[in-house]
Amino acid sequence: MSGLLTAPFWLPLLGAVVALLARRHYHVQQAISLLTLSASVAIGGVLVAETADGAVHATQIGGWPVGIAIPFVADRFAALLITTTALAALLAVVFAMLRGEDHHVQFHPLVGVLVTGVFASFLTADLFNLFVTFEVMLIASYVLLTLRAGRAQERAGAIYIMTNLLASTAFLLGLALLYGRVGTVNLGELHAAAADPGAAVAAGVIAIAIGVKASLVPLHGWLPRAYVCAGPAVTALFSGLLTKVGVYALFRLYSVVYAGEPRWSLLLLVVAGITMLVGVLGAVGKGDMRAILAFHMVSQVGYLVLPLGLWSLAGVTAGIVYLLQYIAVKGALFLAAGTVETVTGTGRLAELGGMLRTRPAVAIGFLLPALALAGVPPTSGFVGKFMLIRASFEGAHYVVGGVAVVVSFFTLMSMMKIWNGVFWGEPSAAVSAEAGTEGDPDRARLPRVVDGIPQPPPVVFTPPRVRALALPSLAVGVATILLGLGAQLLVTLAEPAAAGLLDPSAYLEAVRGR
Amino acid sequence: MTAAIIVGLLAAAGTFLILQRGLVRAVLGFVLLGHAATTLLMAAGGVSRRGVAIIGQEGVAAQPADPLPQAFALTAIVISFGVTAFLLALAARGIVVLRGGDIERPGGHEPEDDPA
Repeated sequence: MSGLLTAPFWLPLLGAVVALLARRHYHVQQAISLLTLSASVAIGGVLVAETADGAVHATQIGGWPVGIAIPFVADRFAALLITTTALAALLAVVFAMLRGEDHHVQFHPLVGVLVTGVFASFLTADLFNLFVTFEVMLIASYVLLTLRAGRAQERAGAIYIMTNLLASTAFLLGLALLYGRVGTVNLGELHAAAADPGAAVAAGVIAIAIGVKASLVPLHGWLPRAYVCAGPAVTALFSGLLTKVGVYALFRLYSVVYAGEPRWSLLLLVVAGITMLVGVLGAVGKGDMRAILAFHMVSQVGYLVLPLGLWSLAGVTAGIVYLLQYIAVKGALFLAAGTVETVTGTGRLAELGGMLRTRPAVAIGFLLPALALAGVPPTSGFVGKFMLIRASFEGAHYVVGGVAVVVSFFTLMSMMKIWNGVFWGEPSAAVSAEAGTEGDPDRARLPRVVDGIPQPPPVVFTPPRVRALALPSLAVGVATILLGLGAQLLVTLAEPAAAGLLDPSAYLEAVRGR
Repeated sequence: MTAAIIVGLLAAAGTFLILQRGLVRAVLGFVLLGHAATTLLMAAGGVSRRGVAIIGQEGVAAQPADPLPQAFALTAIVISFGVTAFLLALAARGIVVLRGGDIERPGGHEPEDDPA
């Protein structure tokens, strides 16, 4: 069991090392990425099965005594997130391969390091180690974002890195304050530590730092600027992984350090409501598919942190159900946008139109996740939102519940705007020409030779390959319908996770080694 | 008290530099802020206890220093060193790509700023 617990950490890291060694062999790198990510999905699935009935598994790294060792702990919440994020990463990497976005010796190793950091963040039960795993993930993302050299990438990269570096420094300051006050950063020893005002302030500094990474309003400004400048597959990869790790860390921090202290409830509800509103309103003025979707990411983070303010079994279960399906849905939307960009060479609504006629598979691949994002039945997004809003009203949080409903309408309007602009009506010139299939416009931005190694030749967009581009988003779209109809499965999976967050005693016992 | 003053000075200088235009100054600001965090970490372990901390050997120092914050500080230094190196590389490339280190100079083109 302990070997399996650390596997999501060392397996992708090992894969990254081997991929670096095999840098002259592009297909070996691809195979390694596919293998490690598929294995991570499987390991996550086993962990989900192993954490039935609220069981929590822990291992102390290196066999050091409890308290000195870094504990790796898997409860149901962590196991579910590992499975889902691994799946999202797998889809994004498959899309990158189809599109030729991985034609850079560093792409596959960096993806390996990125998911290493993500999985380790889910598993670690030590706040300092959380800082380290965050950095592992972020450093890989810095390089992935700036692989393509261009003016926009340069600016976006600088803003993204500096914002996150500032947040990381704040995280470190918070850790120092917390250690100075409590004398430990091990989550097993920190339960309800925030009852002490000094420790609450220190943990608050950490929470704000994590809030930047989760892109809570008013700490969200970097996200819509940075994400649109990465390649489409990288954007999908980031959307499925990075902010979700922040959301996860906030849940863990609130569950353990703050012990679900209700006095913070109002603050959390206000932040969640404002995040929903600001994100969705920011999307109104945008005319580019990925820019619109990036603002919706901010908006959706509001839904994801709403359960923190509710902190009831119904609320947290709803939040986890929503989170799990949302990771896949958002990734699929970015993949659909990426497909449109790849085929037509542009993502601007004004230049697009009528793609439903030329590429119906792409249109359906966008439509189904878009409906799930807005929360239209019978998709999984409807189930998540319905449960979340019902839990808000049951907890007598009428204002934030109302905001969630209103924001859903705005989300639907935004999705309809994209639908009308890109897929409806007569095919526009860009759509009919499909100029993008003649050659990847991004190719010019990638170096031909890296470290003396010639890069693989550009992808030739044969008709089967272009059709295949739509498959990842289409698969998620079908899955949202199936999960919407069989929603009980998600609820059954999520409920033990929610119970484990509300009453973390099993988690704490596992960290302390009993 | 000395540690508090050092942290305050470093944090103030770092914040000032981060708010400047130009990537290289901001990088220097982050270096100073990183030092502030490191100093705070060391202070968190208690500055009065400075004896050598050796695990597995008994009665070495009367007041052994807390080794954990030192390990934290070391890790944090390594990470911030790596990120600083990367930022400087980005700044060097930025001088070529943006013709100057100023990330906010007008005339730039970002896809999201395009009119719909």
